[in-house]
Amino acid sequence: MSTSAADPTQAPEGAVPEFNAQKEGQRLFKDWYGGLEHAKERGQYVANVFVMGNAVEILRTFDFQLVFPEINSLQMGVRKVSEEYLRDSEDYGYSPDVCSYVKADVGLILRQQKHPAGTIPKADIAIVSNMCSTFIKWGEIWERMLDTPSFVLDLPGQRGSSWRVRPGDAQHMADAQWIEAQFRDLIGRCEKITGKRFDMDRLAEVEDRVNRMVHHWNNVMALNRACPAPYNAMLDGLTYIGIMNVYRGTEEGVQFMRQLDEQLSAKVARGEGRIDNERFRLLFSGTPCYVSMRRLVELFESWGGVFAYSDYLTFAAGGMDAGELVYDTSRPLESLAEITALAAQRGLSNQFFAHERLAQQLREYDVDGIVFHGIKSCRFVSSGMADTRNYLTERLKIPSLYIESDLIDPRYWSDAQIKNRVDAFFESLQQRSGGAPGDTKIRLPVVGGPS
Amino acid sequence: MKYVGGVDVGSTQTKAVILDEDGRLVGRALLDMETSMITVAQDAFDAALENAGIDQARVVRVAGTGYGRYNVSFGHEQVTEITCHARGAVSLFPGTRTVIDIGGQDTKAISVKPDGQVGDFTMNDKCAAGTGRFLGAASYALELPLSELGALALRSQNPVRITTTCTVFAESEIISHLAKGILPEDVLMGVHQAITSRCVSLARRVGIQPEVTFTGGVSRNIAMVKLLEEAVGMKINVSPDAHFCGALGAALFAREHAFGLGVEAPAAVAAP
Repeated sequence: MSTSAADPTQAPEGAVPEFNAQKEGQRLFKDWYGGLEHAKERGQYVANVFVMGNAVEILRTFDFQLVFPEINSLQMGVRKVSEEYLRDSEDYGYSPDVCSYVKADVGLILRQQKHPAGTIPKADIAIVSNMCSTFIKWGEIWERMLDTPSFVLDLPGQRGSSWRVRPGDAQHMADAQWIEAQFRDLIGRCEKITGKRFDMDRLAEVEDRVNRMVHHWNNVMALNRACPAPYNAMLDGLTYIGIMNVYRGTEEGVQFMRQLDEQLSAKVARGEGRIDNERFRLLFSGTPCYVSMRRLVELFESWGGVFAYSDYLTFAAGGMDAGELVYDTSRPLESLAEITALAAQRGLSNQFFAHERLAQQLREYDVDGIVFHGIKSCRFVSSGMADTRNYLTERLKIPSLYIESDLIDPRYWSDAQIKNRVDAFFESLQQRSGGAPGDTKIRLPVVGGPS
Repeated sequence: MKYVGGVDVGSTQTKAVILDEDGRLVGRALLDMETSMITVAQDAFDAALENAGIDQARVVRVAGTGYGRYNVSFGHEQVTEITCHARGAVSLFPGTRTVIDIGGQDTKAISVKPDGQVGDFTMNDKCAAGTGRFLGAASYALELPLSELGALALRSQNPVRITTTCTVFAESEIISHLAKGILPEDVLMGVHQAITSRCVSLARRVGIQPEVTFTGGVSRNIAMVKLLEEAVGMKINVSPDAHFCGALGAALFAREHAFGLGVEAPAAVAAP
């Protein structure tokens, strides 16, 4: 037997490589797009779904490959090619005012489904709902341009400004029955397309995996209440929510969320933050500007500002953040309908009660200021911001900043103007906290002129 | 005596002021923008020094502001023009609670807290309607210098309504009104009213509290002052130095930092 000194460059035998959420997220996304590219040659069926109100749990039991057109569009923004697709759709005749997600998708169709991440297969069915008024019109575009049939889910929403859903009451149960009936129709449609019989046990298995993902997701969200915040809700958080959506109900999704939960818990225990010197904790309200999100986060972090929370991580996860939204796997279909009703009503009523929800989150995440991001091509998510902002500023005296750009249209991003507003916001926050010039707590950015 | 400077590198003009140790404004300069922001900042600063009759060696601290604030290469700190206009306005009129600043391409409304800090602010967004550029379009179409527009507009008896919200299209709308035989003063008054409507809408978003102080280059336009007063329903403060308000605010921050006069100044000590 011989002995030798341990090679420091080699990982110890049996050691598991450290989980890197960003890299693992990228790998999972690459796998997902790879799966889509080869779906047809493998004889798999494909469904178009949105991130809200999508019946993914049912589609998974039939082994549909899932296309998320919203994610395709935002990925074009992240990869800095969205403008080409947007211009194609505008050349075709779409107005600059139309939702940029829709226009990028039309551009994708005009380019024979060639996406920078791979070719997107034509769907055999599209699940569209009234969670966003654009979804149904978007489905009509697919019907006309791709012959993709739509299945419209009618999810009962808000009934009045003071109305709130109460889990288990007569109205909720009536709504759930209405949704359940539609799910039964959908199951029939899926059986026809795939030639497979619906399997209730498989639905329970999918739901069990969703429950486990949601459990970890809730933990991950709560971990950012720690100070310093272990991640930036509007940068790291966007990867996390992407996995929540694309891998919802899968073993890979559960694994990712479990590892993320463990890693962030350890980070919090060590007192590590996303940035070295967290000075201001912020809340981001609205939808991201995917084409410039990294730059926006840079502008905030250069002042020591971290987004501890964003309501985007709630509504873009289909309202799955609340602990009570757990599937009862002993009655899978009924439970799916009941929770879909609750999640939909929360999503659709978020403009009526946004101020109360945000006020609570401001407290829970110990936030110093709130940033509203209006979307030029989506009035739906931007229209209630003025009321909410007034409430929080005037009643709660929370400093706020309103900036406007777009989801993925770089033509609405004006760097000098946004930087000016961000700098002025932090100057105000700094004055408010009694900051002195040259305060050594300021994380000094690189000198050398505006970037 | 030691001195401090403030340089406001804006979109159309660069303004510089020199303050003495006691905060007295002893020199000022105003230059049109050039291709190089660095050169124009230095030129404006040099001109203000000359106006004050002092040597640069006696200036102990300089603050830059405006969109080109990071181009003030000789500056010691940079502060946004939002914070500087609030500071400058409070210095000129201590009772200021609302600032309306109309510059070449930016219009901003700022609510000021009793202690002089910025409470809230709002600005025009990616569109120059409601800014000095709108007057620039009128000046070009009417072939009149900017300095004469206000007085001529006040002669209007039947102002037209300018319906476009686009500064570029405004020019063709002005020309079409003139082609119909409408008097230049009536067209001009319509232009001033359109700007006022935009500005007041911005100001309402932050809440209009007395006293209101009007800053920026457009504050020299007497028709704008009159229309703004009518729109907000109160007398508004205008100083002969309102055009230099941003540079003045920057210089005041430089003074406070140089002589340790307080900690109310925000400071981004380097360029992000």
